[in-house]
Amino acid sequence: MNILSLFGKRGESASVAKNRLQILLAHERADDGSDAVLISNLREDILAVVAKRFDIDPDSVRLEMDRSGDVTTLGIDIELPSARAS
Amino acid sequence: MSNATVVVVTSGKGGVGKTTTTAAIASALAKEGYQVCAVDFDVGLRNLDLIMGAERRVVFDLVNVVRGEASIKQALVRDKRLDNLFLLPASQTRDKDALTEEGVASVINELRMYFDWVICDSPAGIERGATLAMRYADEAIIVSNPEVSSVRDCDRIIGLLDAKTKTAEDGGRMPKHLMITRYDTERAKTGDMLATDDVVDILSVPLIGVVPESKDVLKASNVGLPVTLSDENSPASKAYTEAVRRLLGENIPVTIPEEKKSLFGKFFKGRAA
Repeated sequence: MNILSLFGKRGESASVAKNRLQILLAHERADDGSDAVLISNLREDILAVVAKRFDIDPDSVRLEMDRSGDVTTLGIDIELPSARAS
Repeated sequence: MSNATVVVVTSGKGGVGKTTTTAAIASALAKEGYQVCAVDFDVGLRNLDLIMGAERRVVFDLVNVVRGEASIKQALVRDKRLDNLFLLPASQTRDKDALTEEGVASVINELRMYFDWVICDSPAGIERGATLAMRYADEAIIVSNPEVSSVRDCDRIIGLLDAKTKTAEDGGRMPKHLMITRYDTERAKTGDMLATDDVVDILSVPLIGVVPESKDVLKASNVGLPVTLSDENSPASKAYTEAVRRLLGENIPVTIPEEKKSLFGKFFKGRAA
């Protein structure tokens, strides 16, 4: 909360908007398509490793990225065939 | 297996509320329990991700899918609040020919299999992006402000919907719904703004909803929540939720939800009662 909001001069939502834009634009200005390439490559590597143990559908591996101000998190979601059968 | 209804949200003119409407309608449908996908066709200037609060999680986009660089399932971004709501983001590429008719046809056909509703957010204008957004639609929501240039542009768009879409070419007539946004009841009453009936008369398209000018719309976009998810009691949210009931086939009269009275108004209303 910034000091202005204490006086009711500025709504909370505007500072959320500014923060979201700053994070987004920092990523967009620096974006050279490397995120997509990274995710693609990672996905193939992970598929290869998992395929050694399980017979999986390539579509059942989901990778999700979440960029925040300082850190980017990567979520990997793999649906295993045994789980699907049960 | 689903067989989705594909709806294009279009207007011709920019800034009338297509993206706000797409996000609000898609979210309201998802709240009803349907599997919903919102597709951003505004290649080069995507914004639906920002309005839906998914901008940090976009990796692949519509153009990647059309070019075969990613599968649809990889490109879909799941909503954080509703797990039956998905976004297919537009690309930021400057390449105007990034979308092809065949590519879009195959994306829409695949989405039809996974979802109940596919809501396509059209870019402004009547160029390739706009014509491709409407190309494979089953129904259209035409967004207009009660303002002369917006109404005129809607008329052009209606012409395109009746000529350049797959439905029209197959001899069909695309069902159309008119959504009037940024409506000010007071100004319409005093005759300073086109009234809903005026716009309906001119365009001859049945009304699906009237969204009043509301502060909540900007607040919702600030925080990245579709207005139908951010505040159920806001007039804009009520208007969109009602519109969705009509889209689902309910026959209910169109009302114009009003902004809450200010403290001042309440005081006098209280005194008068």
